[in-house]
Amino acid sequence: MEELKSELKAKIIEALNLEEIAVEDIENDAPLFGDGLGLDSIDALELTVLLDKDYGIKVTDPKVGKTIFQSIDTLAHYISENRTK
Amino acid sequence: MERKYHISKHCRIDHHGVLYNGQPLSAEISTEFSIFSKAFYYSLGTTYPKFFKMDNLSKLAWLGAELLLKEELSKNIAIVLSNRSSSYDTDLKHVHAISNTEQYYPSPAIFVYTLPNVCIGEIAIRHHLQTENIFFVSEQFDSQLTVNYCNYLLNSNRAEKVLCGWVEYLEENYKLVLYLVEKTGNLAHDLNVVRQLML
Repeated sequence: MEELKSELKAKIIEALNLEEIAVEDIENDAPLFGDGLGLDSIDALELTVLLDKDYGIKVTDPKVGKTIFQSIDTLAHYISENRTK
Repeated sequence: MERKYHISKHCRIDHHGVLYNGQPLSAEISTEFSIFSKAFYYSLGTTYPKFFKMDNLSKLAWLGAELLLKEELSKNIAIVLSNRSSSYDTDLKHVHAISNTEQYYPSPAIFVYTLPNVCIGEIAIRHHLQTENIFFVSEQFDSQLTVNYCNYLLNSNRAEKVLCGWVEYLEENYKLVLYLVEKTGNLAHDLNVVRQLML
């Protein structure tokens, strides 16, 4: 699971062009949106594409997205249970 | 009686470097826009992480606007920009992203920049401007149209100042000329001066 979390952090930094943020700067339980990494709605869409492209997970329900995109912990947990790639 | 306006500040960014009011600013000259824009962004001393998420046209416009508007207190500044290639540079990236039908993953972060006036939005967000704005697309900078449109905005009190200019980016070829028009300034806001700035 820790390996998946590190992988996710690196992918998020690259996919969302988080130029000034390193993997070690992202806490596993810190919020990804709002006060945390400060991600926005376009970033949420980009994360949705990332889940589909890299893990074969299609997020179609916005409520599910809101839950799993809370933090690296919630995202990694959802991926480990639902990935098809 | 027709009111006269002035150009208070102007800047230029192209492959030769950066000019502010005609004077060169120290900026890293690079053939690659990504290297130049990043170095110049850091030289401005502004913390704005969203800069790195913008497409190249918006980055170019944002950098020029930062030079002219960073110290501005007024928020009543309209924006009148134009270019030749619209958002074609980013349009091409979007086409590339969706060209593989088996790996069809359009990028929302690219797609949102497939309109040229989005660069005006980025400037407006950065400087908290909720003002009139327009983006013209034409083969060359239309000095007459821009001067007339700017004067109309000022004469009709739709804005206190107007940020005008040309923001062109296509496949590593780029040129930005921006100028701020208001009641006072060292340069007259007339056709000849504007044409000289655009040369």
